Amino acid sequence: MAGIVSPGFFGRRRDASPRLPPGQYLVRDFPVLSAGPTPRVNLDTWEFRIATETGEKRTWDWPAFQALPADDVTVDLHCVTKWSKLATSWRGVSVDTLLDGIETDAEYALVHAFGGYTTNLPLADLRGGKAWVAYGYDGADLTPEHGGPARLLVPHLYLWKSAKWVRGIDLRRTDERGFWEQLGYHNYGDPWLEQRYSAD
Amino acid sequence: MSVPLDGNAIAGALGELFAVDVSVARLECGGCGMEGVVAEVVVYIDAPGVVARCRACDNVLFRLVRAPDRAWLDLRGVAYLRLRTTST
Amino acid sequence: MARAAVLRGLSWRVATVVGVRDETAAGRTIVFELPGWPGHAAGQHVDVRLTAPDGYSTQRSYSIASAPGGDLVELTVERLPDGEVSPYLTQVLSVGDQIELRGPIGGWFVWDDASPDPVLLIAGGSGVVPLAAMVRARFAVGSSAPFRLLYSVRDPASLLFGAELDHYQRTDLSFGVHLAFTRTAPADVPRPVGRIDAAFLTDATAGGPFSAPDAPAVFACGPTGFVEAVANLVVAAGHEARRIKTERFGPSGSQR
Ligand SMILES: Cc1cc2nc3c(=O)[nH]c(=O)nc-3n(C[C@H](O)[C@H](O)[C@H](O)COP(=O)(O)OP(=O)(O)OC[C@H]3O[C@@H](n4cnc5c(N)ncnc54)[C@H](O)[C@@H]3O)c2cc1C
Ligand SMILES: [Zn+2]
Repeated sequence: MAGIVSPGFFGRRRDASPRLPPGQYLVRDFPVLSAGPTPRVNLDTWEFRIATETGEKRTWDWPAFQALPADDVTVDLHCVTKWSKLATSWRGVSVDTLLDGIETDAEYALVHAFGGYTTNLPLADLRGGKAWVAYGYDGADLTPEHGGPARLLVPHLYLWKSAKWVRGIDLRRTDERGFWEQLGYHNYGDPWLEQRYSAD
Repeated sequence: MSVPLDGNAIAGALGELFAVDVSVARLECGGCGMEGVVAEVVVYIDAPGVVARCRACDNVLFRLVRAPDRAWLDLRGVAYLRLRTTST
Repeated sequence: MARAAVLRGLSWRVATVVGVRDETAAGRTIVFELPGWPGHAAGQHVDVRLTAPDGYSTQRSYSIASAPGGDLVELTVERLPDGEVSPYLTQVLSVGDQIELRGPIGGWFVWDDASPDPVLLIAGGSGVVPLAAMVRARFAVGSSAPFRLLYSVRDPASLLFGAELDHYQRTDLSFGVHLAFTRTAPADVPRPVGRIDAAFLTDATAGGPFSAPDAPAVFACGPTGFVEAVANLVVAAGHEARRIKTERFGPSGSQR
């Protein structure tokens, strides 16, 4: 239910752009959303893990992860809370690289983060050059408030899918809903189709 | 901003859903067993929804998501809620 | 406590501005008329919802500054230079304008005006607002509960309700105010500039039933960092956690 218009109120500056999905506003700053205390992750004990549906595991420590070939990408971000930020530049490892050589029949992925956060998506959405585990933002190390040391980056879906402080991905035969998907948010979250909330 | 507020700050959002003031209800954390009051839990509002956590163990107590025409409330981190009723 | 038993959820009401009063360079009191207001208790807050012409909408919480009673509700808002809502409320909103508001909210952070227990109030910046409502309620109902307010503020020019608080403390010996200036202090204050610390707490709670053995009801309010620091000090001074109630305003409800 929309409220009455408040005389003279415009709110924080919002711009329009043809590159914006429906219902989104453009921001210039980089808002920080958080659902808990910011995890302080020690690089000496940091580990990234992919586990398949058969229980097979592959892990990387920080030096091994840094040694993987990395991409520099520039992408638009769309947050379900309605702000979008265009042309953000990141450095990270393509999830294709991480999955290379892993035997799996899984169709789904459940992403885990330090601090307990989870999010789910079809494995196909992590493949094909569409997703990264990013550790650099705007030419510098990714800061803790934006998900450092490393976060998932899946820019074609709403930003809650791009789990901050990512620690691993479970490859699954069945879909399991993540932290926000359990509670009203859309299971897939395509910003161009404005898939904010689940249907029921 | 990961600067939390108190449960008291979301009493308005809860008050929209319930006829009684849930913010004064007592609760027990399903994670560590600590007892407390809804008004005193740790609350994060700068997220796609409201996330309330236990002050002792950080366990997620409850979550609230508000769509324009619906609300979801997940209480799975709470062992119990005790509300005061007005006897008639 | 004047609390109406309304057996339905809270909903948005239209509030009309009937007065504004500048308190300091950044702080303004806005007086709203709310027909059918069910009454409130000192310490409660309201949610304010603003909507722009393009449908963009946002909401914030503000404590009620005025004592319970009547159809008028006063909010005192301190402007944050780069804030989204507080500059609008303190600089744009004018008499005759209408906004949406819901309340009264929260039955926990409230002073029970029937209680004779001593009350220790600790405020940082605009965190003084709900505590001032408790002080106003105390004088309005003629309570003789001993009250003491410890108020941390940047400088003398940022002091909210200074003259009124001073008047109260001159007319009633069981009410007292102790100020901590964090940036600039007036020339006649002997204490150096600084935050509320253990020594300040000891001094400011002396000479009345405000120390741990007296078990006063403690209310602490202000920016999240301030409230965290003060709650730790009060617990370290021996007060029982169950006697301490807190209200965190967020990252910068205002600078101290
Ligand atoms: C229960 C309760 C009662 C309160 N009572 C009062 C009261 O009586 N009086 C009072 O003055 N205040 C009170 N507050 C605080 C009030 O709700 C607001 O938080 C305050 O007015 C600031 O709002 P704003 O929109 O002006 O600032 P905001 O726009 O919310 O900004 C606050 C700060 O965060 C920064 N910030 C916010 N968003 C971003 C972003 N996207 N990117 C980068 N930085 C950002 C801003 O730069 C600014 O420094 C209360 C809060 C609570 C929870
Ligand atoms: Zn707990």
